[in-house]
Amino acid sequence: MIDWFTWLQLAIAVPGGLLCVILGMVGRKPTDLTMGATALVELLLIVQLAAAIAAPLAGNNATGSLLEFYTYLVSAILLPVAAGFWALVERSRWSTVILGVTCLSVAVMIYRMNQIWNVQGS
Amino acid sequence: MTDSQTEARVPANRVSGIGRLLIAVYGVLALAATGRSFVQIVAAFDDAPLAYSLSALAAVVYIVATVALIKRSALWYRIAWTTISFELLGVLVVGTLSLIDPALFQHKTVWSVFGQGYGFVPLVLPLLGMWWLARHPVSHDESHA
Repeated sequence: MIDWFTWLQLAIAVPGGLLCVILGMVGRKPTDLTMGATALVELLLIVQLAAAIAAPLAGNNATGSLLEFYTYLVSAILLPVAAGFWALVERSRWSTVILGVTCLSVAVMIYRMNQIWNVQGS
Repeated sequence: MTDSQTEARVPANRVSGIGRLLIAVYGVLALAATGRSFVQIVAAFDDAPLAYSLSALAAVVYIVATVALIKRSALWYRIAWTTISFELLGVLVVGTLSLIDPALFQHKTVWSVFGQGYGFVPLVLPLLGMWWLARHPVSHDESHA
């Protein structure tokens, strides 16, 4: 994993997730802003996937289990898609909260992925 | 929190409100438990067959509970109660054992130390699930829906 990119992901997923949870709690339905934040989190995950595949070619190898890393990454990629569909189907405040919970879950998973890549086994 | 007020105004036949959030969180936990047990079983099942089988069982129960919360019928309502009770029992028993006798659960499961590795969500979620089920019983006339 590329260090600065991981922190960029966290810098977007955590505030974005909190924003969605707060906006949902005050009763906002999913908007371009909250859907956009979730879409951005998803886009960065796809870039992360490409980066993770390419990184070993540049000598940046995972220190921990690659199987565990990719299980997290694939699960993380599925989450915003599921939450986004949910938000399109059911336009209620709770869908906005769910977008937020999803972004925060993805943030936790990125943090774990970073531990697996950089800390575990080293 | 204004949940109790909004809940009261929601028509009884709509699976709505905070129940949706509960289902979403169950879905995420089901995915997390499935992912972990997949990795454990593929990578090193022989290291700890008991702990890893337990992980897989927990994952399956979380998936069934998620489905049971989505479906609204008398049968699924009973399945929801059963699976959620099983989860509470699991997290309490495994959580307690992992503290009393750490050697028994050296290999992490989703329930070790009352779900500490998952922000204690596995401990809180069954209680929220039971609270929600108790407030939204499925009556016989909507069981066909």
